[in-house]
This record gives sequence, C-alpha cells and structure tokens, in this order.
Amino acid sequence: MTDAHELVRKINPFHSTQTGSFGTFKAVMGVRPSTCLVIRAVGHDPRSAQLLADAHALGISGLTAVTCTDLVFFDADVDERTVQLVSQRLLADPLLNTVVPHTKGHAGVVVVETTLLPGVTDARAEAITRGARLVGLGDLGPIATGRRFELTGNLTEESLQHLIQRLLANPVIERFAIGEVMPTFGAGDSTGPAEVITVTTLSQHDLLALSTERGMALDLTEMTALAAHYRSLGREPTDVEVEMIAQTWSEHCNHKTFRANITFDDGATVVPLLRQLRAATESINAPWVYSAFVDNAGIIGFDDHFDLAIKAETHNHPSAVEPFGGSNTGVGGVVRDVLGVSARPIALTDILCFGPTDLPVDELPAGVLHPRVVRAGVIAGVADYGNKLGVPTVSGAIVHDAGYTANPLVFCGCVGVLPHGSNPTEPQPGDRIVVIGGRTGRDGIRGATFSSMTMDATTGDVAGASVQIGDPIVEKGLIDVIVAARDAGLYSAITDCGAGGLSSSVGELASRLGATINLDLVPRKYAGLASWEVWLSEAQERMVLAVPHVAPLQAICDRYEVELADIGSFSDDQLLVLRSGGQIVAEMGMGFLHDGCPTRHLTASRPTTPPPSVPERIVPDLGAALRALLAHPSLRSNQDVVSGYDHEVLGGTAVRPYGGAAGDGPCDAAVVIPHGTDGETAMVLACGVNARFGTLDAYRMARACADEAIRNVVAAGADPDRIALLDNFSWGDPRRPETLGTLVAAVEGCVDAALAHQAPFVSGKDSLNNEYLTSLGERRSIPPTLVITAVGRVRLDQVVTSDLKCAGNVVLLVGSTRNELRGSHLDAVLGIDGPGEVPAPDPRAASRYRDLHRAMSAGLVRSCHDLSEGGLATAAAEMAMAGRLGLDLAVAGDPIVGLFSESTGRFVVEVAAADVEAFTAIVAESSVLGTVLAEPIVRIASDHGVFKESIRDLLQAWAGHVPGVLP
Amino acid sequence: MSLVPAVVLAAPGTNRDIDVAHALTLAGASVTIMPLAEVSNRVLREARIAVVAGGFSFADALGSGRLFALELTKRLGDSLTTFVSDRRPVLGICNGFQTLVRAGLLPGPTGMAALGHNAQGRFECRWVTLQAELASPCLWTSGITDELLCPIAHGEGRFHADAETLARLEANGQVALRYRRPDGSAADGAFPFNPNGSDGDIAGICDPTGVVLGLMPHPEDHVLNRQHPRWTRGEKAGSCRTLFANGVQHAKEL
Repeated sequence: MTDAHELVRKINPFHSTQTGSFGTFKAVMGVRPSTCLVIRAVGHDPRSAQLLADAHALGISGLTAVTCTDLVFFDADVDERTVQLVSQRLLADPLLNTVVPHTKGHAGVVVVETTLLPGVTDARAEAITRGARLVGLGDLGPIATGRRFELTGNLTEESLQHLIQRLLANPVIERFAIGEVMPTFGAGDSTGPAEVITVTTLSQHDLLALSTERGMALDLTEMTALAAHYRSLGREPTDVEVEMIAQTWSEHCNHKTFRANITFDDGATVVPLLRQLRAATESINAPWVYSAFVDNAGIIGFDDHFDLAIKAETHNHPSAVEPFGGSNTGVGGVVRDVLGVSARPIALTDILCFGPTDLPVDELPAGVLHPRVVRAGVIAGVADYGNKLGVPTVSGAIVHDAGYTANPLVFCGCVGVLPHGSNPTEPQPGDRIVVIGGRTGRDGIRGATFSSMTMDATTGDVAGASVQIGDPIVEKGLIDVIVAARDAGLYSAITDCGAGGLSSSVGELASRLGATINLDLVPRKYAGLASWEVWLSEAQERMVLAVPHVAPLQAICDRYEVELADIGSFSDDQLLVLRSGGQIVAEMGMGFLHDGCPTRHLTASRPTTPPPSVPERIVPDLGAALRALLAHPSLRSNQDVVSGYDHEVLGGTAVRPYGGAAGDGPCDAAVVIPHGTDGETAMVLACGVNARFGTLDAYRMARACADEAIRNVVAAGADPDRIALLDNFSWGDPRRPETLGTLVAAVEGCVDAALAHQAPFVSGKDSLNNEYLTSLGERRSIPPTLVITAVGRVRLDQVVTSDLKCAGNVVLLVGSTRNELRGSHLDAVLGIDGPGEVPAPDPRAASRYRDLHRAMSAGLVRSCHDLSEGGLATAAAEMAMAGRLGLDLAVAGDPIVGLFSESTGRFVVEVAAADVEAFTAIVAESSVLGTVLAEPIVRIASDHGVFKESIRDLLQAWAGHVPGVLP
Repeated sequence: MSLVPAVVLAAPGTNRDIDVAHALTLAGASVTIMPLAEVSNRVLREARIAVVAGGFSFADALGSGRLFALELTKRLGDSLTTFVSDRRPVLGICNGFQTLVRAGLLPGPTGMAALGHNAQGRFECRWVTLQAELASPCLWTSGITDELLCPIAHGEGRFHADAETLARLEANGQVALRYRRPDGSAADGAFPFNPNGSDGDIAGICDPTGVVLGLMPHPEDHVLNRQHPRWTRGEKAGSCRTLFANGVQHAKEL
C-alpha cells in the first residue's frame, strides 16, 4: 500500500501525468488547451455513490471516496469572458452543480481524467456548441468534454489500474490519464483515396497471409476465387474492392455455412440449411406471410390495414469486447432492420446469455471481461438505447451458464408496424442514392469480418475499432423521417446501413442494377478517412434510400434535423463504380460480388448424447429444491433489470414483462397494441431459449425452444394458427464436424417444429464462431444456443395472464409429463448431470394448443402459464406469487418427475369450478391438479408426503427480497 | 363546438409526443406534433394548449431539458409567457417538466427548483400512485380526488428545491401532485413509492396561477383501461384521462 500522492509519482516518476490507452500506454504529445472547466455536483451525487459501490463490488476496498465531475475543454483562442458566459448560461445549475476552473488535484487525492478518443462523437460538446449559438455567444470553435475522478483511499498501483480499466474509462471510446488528460478536438491522419493490392500473382500461402493481415476472414478457396477473378480482368484490385469482397463474402453477411453443401461423415448429404428453413415456410404457405427471408425483416399480416415487421439479431462479438457499446448498437441495428422495411418500431426484445457472475477472478480466461462486468454493461447498453429511442423493451430473458464466460450472447429483437403493402422494394435506374442519419467515421471498420472470427486474449485490444457507440437520438430522427417519407411515397427502396456499411447496403440495393457513387459526398465525422474506410465503416444510425426526387425528402429531414447526403445514383449496367478525388477507386461487377463466392463444402458428424455423470437423482427436500430453482440465475426474477427498461412508451403495452396482483409476477408473453391500429387486436411476443439441452441433444433443444416460444404466446391467448417465428442460431466453429452436426440437427428441429405447429419462420440470423482460443491453444465453444422468437396475435378481450385470479378456482395440467429430467434445471441446482431423457417433442402439442385456444376463446381460462424451466413446481409457484394466492395441488406418480421434469407441450391453467367440465370437454388432455387458495401458501401432496412453502418464502427465493405491494 | 387546438412540442430525442398527442385527442383536442425546427411564435398563436412532451431531448447532453429550454426561449420569446398570461394551459411531462423548469416557467417567480438524478442513480420505469393536492390552483388536476396511477420512466426526476422555495410552493398550493403508497398513505420518501427521492414526495408542480403543470410521471400512458397494470384482473381505477380532460375543458372555455 502506498498513499495516493506517492502512487502518482511511482507510476510515472518524471511527470505528474500518465496518459494512456489500453493495452499499450501511448504518450499523447502537445500542450493543454488554455481553458478547462470542471462541473461538480452539489450535495449527494448518485453517480459518485454508484461508482464507489461498483468499485467495492469489484473488490477495490481501499477506495474510500470518489468524486465524479465533468470536464469541458475550450480551444486556446476562446476568451475568458466567453468561457464564463458558457459556464453560467449553459453549464451551471445552482441546485445541482457548480462550475469552476480546472485546478490540479491536492495531496491525498488521486486524479484520473478521461476524454473521448479522436473520432468518437462528443454529444455534450455538440450540445454546448449549439447552446452557445442559441444564447448569442457565436462559434466557440472546437470543444471537447471529459470526466474527472478524484479518488481517496489506499489504492495499490494494481487496484488503481483495475479501477480505471473496469469503471472509470471505456477503452473503446476513451483515453485516460492519471493526472491531467489532453483532449483531442477531432481530425485524423490523412490517407490517399485508394491503393492497389496485388493478388493475382500471390501464392496460396501469401493469399492466406493477405486474408489474415487485412482481417478478411476468407479461406483459401475464397481467396483463390478472388485472385482468379482479377486475373481474368487482367488487373489487380484496389483496397476498396478487396475490402468490399471480404465484407460481402463474410459469414456475417453471406451466411456461407447456412448456404454450404454439407455431407455427413457417413456419406449422407444435407440440403443447405437456409434452403431447408425457407422450404418449410414455403410448404406451410401461410397467406398472411408477405415477406420471409428476403428483406431486412420478415413481414406478416396483422389486420386488414396493417402488417408487422419482425427481426432478431445477435451482437455477440462486439458485446464481449465492449458490453455497453455492443448491446447498445445491437438494439440500434435491429431497429434499423425494421426501419429497413419501412416499419415503425413498436417493441424490443433482448435475450442475454452470460457466464456465472460469481466466477472466481482467477478462473477468468486471459483478455476476457468478468461476466459481472459484461452483464452490467450489456444491460445498461440495452436500456440506454431503447429508453432514449422511445421504443418499449417488453420481452426477454437472461441466461447464465459457464459456457458463456468468454463469449456472452446478446440477441436483440424488434417488431415494427407498417400500413399493409407500404414497403417499396424496387429501386429504379436513375434513382438517387441517399444516405440519411449519422456521419461516417472510422468506427466499426471490418465489423462484419470481425464477427466471423474466433476470439482470443488479444481480441479486446485489436478489435476495439470494430465496436461502435450508438446515438439513439439520431436513430429517433430516422424513425420520424422514414415514417413520414414512407407515407408520402418518397422512396422506391430502402435498406439499413449495418454490417459492412455502405458497401453492404448500397451493394444489396444495387444488386440487380448497378450504381455510381461519389465517396467524397459521404458526410464524415472528421477528415482523413481512406476510401475503403468510408465505404466499409459501420458507423451507426445510417439508412440508405433510393429516391426519385431528393427535395421533398430533404424537407422532411430538415423538419426532424436529420442529415441527408445524395451520394450517387443507380444505373442499369450491373456495375458498381466508386469515385473519390476524381478517380475511380472501385469498379465491381455485381454478379461477381454477389454470386462469386464459392459455395463451401463442409463435413458434419452425427451428434451423440453424452452419458449422464451420475446414475440416479436424489432430491431430499422437494420444497428446498423448488426454492433453489426459483433462485437459479436463469430463473430468478429479473425485475431489477426490467425496471431499468422503459416498457411503457408509445402507450401500447397491455401485458408487461412483470404483472399480476403486485406487479412482480412473471408473464409468459408481452402483449402490445401496435401504434395506429384500432386497439382491439394485440400483438403477442415471446421467446424460447435453453442453454442446457443444446450440448445434450441439439435437435430436441430446437424442438423445445420452438415449442416454448409458441407455448408462451399461446398461453397469453395468441391464435395458434397465426404464429410466425424467428430463428437466431449462436454456435461454435462450424468447420468442426461435431459442431456442424449439432447445427444441422438444430435446423432440422426448427423445420420439424415449424411444420408440426404450422408456424412459419419469416426471418433468421446465424452467429457462428462463438469460440475462445485459450493461451494453451484449447478452443472453447459456447453451448449451441438457439433463440426462437414467436409473434402471434390475440383479440384484446381474450388476453390471458399467468397470475392466479381467484380462490376456489380449479387448477389443471394441460399436456402430459414424462420422465424427461435430463438437462433439467433441477439438475443444474443439484449440480449433477442426471439420467433420463432430454425432453422430446410432443406430437400432440400442436392440436392441444388449438384446443386450449378454443377454450380461451370461449372465456373458460382465468389464468394460464407455460411449463418450461423448472417444470410444474416452478410454474405453479410463479402463478401463486403473481396472484398473491395459494395453491393446493396433488401430483401423481414420482414427484421428482411430476414436479420438475421439463416435458414440452404443457401448461397450467386456472378455471372456475363451474367451468371445469366445459374446459375438459374441449381440452381432453388435461387433468385436475388442485385448487386456488386464499391462504398464501403453496401446498403440494405426492407419494412422498406433503410439502408447503409460503408465498413469502417463495418470493424471497425468487426475487431475493419480498417486494412491497406495488401499484 | 370545434375541437380545441393543441400543440405538442418535440425536440430531437423527444419520444412521448405520440403518447401525449393520443391522450389529448381522446380528451377532445385537435393535436399537432410540432418538431422544434418548425416551432415559431405562430405555432402558439394558433394553439390553446401547449405541451412539452417527454423523452431525451438532445440526449440530455447539457443536463435534462436545458438545450430544449434554450431553443424554446429563443424561438418563442415572450409568446410563451403571453400564452400563460392568457391562461392557456401548458403541460410539461418528464423531459417536458425538466424543460419548463429550465425555461423558468416553473416554479415561476416562487423560487428555484431542479430535477436531479434519481436518488438510486439509475433510470427507473415503474408504475406509481399519485395524489392530486386539492388545495392547488392547478387547472389540470382540479377536482381530481381519486388517486392516479401511471408509469414513470426517467433517470433524472428527483425534484429538488431549497427550503425557502419548498415552503413557498407548499404555501401557494403549487405542489400539484405527490407520490403516494398504493393504499393512499404518504410515501414519506420511501422507494419505490417515491421512485426517485423527490423532496416532499413531489411528483408535479404548477406555477402560481395554476395554468402551467410540470410532472415527472407519464399520465399520457394511462388513459385507456388496457394500459392499467391490472386490467386483466378486472381493475379499472386510477385512469389519468381526467387530467387531460381538465386541460381541454379549460381551454374550451377560454
């Protein structure tokens, strides 16, 4: 231990200032600008308090106090009087803060300052610039902002570094200094418009080396095809062309595995996976599916006047490196997918998979962020984007499993609404190519190829530039502009600018036409971008439109203060021509770009289920097992998380993530009235995911997840004949035959589930290579993880929720329970891998769901809850907690099976005593379990005797506390 | 009688403009959502109700509502104060409340108030119970004796004023709405009933004339029964529809 002042000298013996970025400490040259203001909170500062609590949670106990302040830097030319006026009129608030000139720290206090890296959008600086103009101070010149932390206590050098890296500075967007930080006022290095890359004469070895060196993630066959193409053209490609091909052919954009020819090691061949999913949808041939698998999002009919657009995306790799930015831009990205089919976003979903938050630090793989840090950052990122955008986050799940430690998963979904048939998809030759929204910078370069790679200890350092920080305010402007432009019929095609940036979006829009672009017209955040960087940048919040007449769109953009740039036009010569600085920097045939990627040939091996680790399953105390299940990190209440998400904005939310008598019971599905519709029909939205079945039996996992998603929306009242599905696969490296074998099995499970339920897939996405390469060369893959999203519809007067409604009502089990405890959450809390079957698909489920729906339509069902993780016991406890009512149940046969088996196809329903006969006449496969009690206890009788748990104790286990009765 | 013209002012980042427009429409207003870039004196001349909607104007980059307030002050000049002195109802919700405070319309000449970061240091979205203060001259909450139920969704909603201002606010009846426990008893600062640590459990205040109301919760998100958090359990109480009806009725009688 050293005292704080000594520590500063110790770290940097020559100066009182140490500046750095992460990984390598780089000196920042130059002198401090003449003026810096410090904004200091008055009185209790929640931000500083939170920081101190977080530091203690990280084990930095030597820290005794933190003061967090904000910095504003002015260029040297700004006079003192102006600075004073800015301070008074734009920054100070007597009740909340004071603004003082910057001074050095004093003895006993360690000062850490941060500022944004060059090129990162500085929203506060922009606001100050705008505000200064508003109050008549004119142009202040460049402004930068930062933060300053004053730390008191006994900090070791190690704990200070830990504190900085984990809490004070975000390495992806910020620089820090121990002492005074030097701000940067924008600008970057200058580079030429394009350079020529030699490929035609390279050996196989050198082609692969080029792929690695440029981060192209192309294999030898693909690099060879690229080289052969340019040999046939008789020239070398430019860097713009090479980068564009790498992006277009990336796994992320081209889905090479899902398009691959696959052969099993026993010689059997597999229909390409994407074709299988599409074929299932085509064979179901639902008349209400208007667009499946072709656009940015699937489009289904909602009512006579409106359609729904639905899409779910993954943002796994970025979230591993920078959890906040990764999940933040994951939400932003999926929202743009929905905007990309002209729909107004109305609901968001998020399914998050993390490692154990109690993982000992010494078990953390090198270069990997602790799951606790990842979780906090990802959740904050999801909340920040949705809340600021004004789209409710209504559905989701959080899954914890050791398999996600190095590779957290972030699935973001979005539903939008659009007038029927209002998404134009035919760009015309001569249409202008218009980019609207954010400016282009060096952010997110090569994100598409990055997310197609395996991670290792250095990924966080080298891939920082692949992650972006979102600006939801700009995206809100995009929503306003696109809805208005759509209603006015101002564009002939639209797409989002996501992975691959303009390269991908313009490339797709122009795929049947051709286009000419002047890259110099693309608005930049700062000077000095190379042509390929402009073309490939994944800077956020941009959309590309094909526009016959720019002026009316410009007027709408002005209205909402959204930037528009007209960067070129569509042609009809099948050529994509990019110009910069008067030169042609790329000239690509659309045919080669989109069809030139060689089809991959992959080998799969048949998946096998490993034997259980123990021969039998002993549950000494059923009540204790139930409480342990409720407290399991994947089952417990996430209301503390969900209350940080705005689930009310737009006013359409009819059933929230948590509901019931006290507002704290879990709901099976979110029910939302789409904006602008008549309010009598609602959209129902839910997901299915299971981290435990995938490693045991990927086929059954897929069947179970699809069944769970469908079951959830059916439980809320959705019509089983009107359910559309989304698939999101997150897998390991498919070039390993065993891994590919599980992927093939899961796709087959999806196809069979869709056909069985007659619920078509309308969109999907795969994220592969979710692996971590340890320093010992050992590859660690995530558990095969599939998220199925189900979207249904329900008449508002037929919505059913899962909270028990009235004492005296009868509770029935719908469906049948089998001994399917393999992979159960009971085993997770027992810490074993016990015997039994992984839950098998239930062949009668689809017809049973239709029976149940008929009973619901007849008004016979008072409450209904799906049975999934933790089986009947968990579902019953959740219904009781949600309704603040008790249950008296009897379970036949082996109670371990009856209470905890996770057999699919089941529900618990509550029916008025007088309606039981009518109900069972419709739903034949149902059996009475017991009755609802006024007394708040859950009492369960079985061959093993009777156990009972109070609602209070169950809530304590499930929520970690007994919540008060909330309004 | 023709519909009452109402204008909803929206800056970049405002996101509950649609919600409040809907609530006002239900109450009988003819609503125009006006993006900031098109806001001018003329807009207020034609309107009889003005609402500053919630959201994250300019990402709250200079502190919540600050830039929006500067913009409105610049674009509307004295016409906003004239609007108020003409007794045309003004409502600021959430970010709109923060904006009216920054613009000096609330609490008015009474003193100084601010909306700071929630005491728990994070954004919070949950349903709260509110009680209108009957002694308040606020025209929006006039005659509302039943408890109101609506969600909050904010990170900077902790109402704070110095002791002197607080005393004057109470004395003037400018405290229009307070957070309550669901059983109607005082929240006494206890989370989650008082969801952000506001002084005196204050959820909303009006100017001394009662024409301008600012509040952190979102009454516009509880104007239909199916928005009630327990409508599936047959519960109906707590709708905030009356609040908007009051504003529209008052404007109608001008």
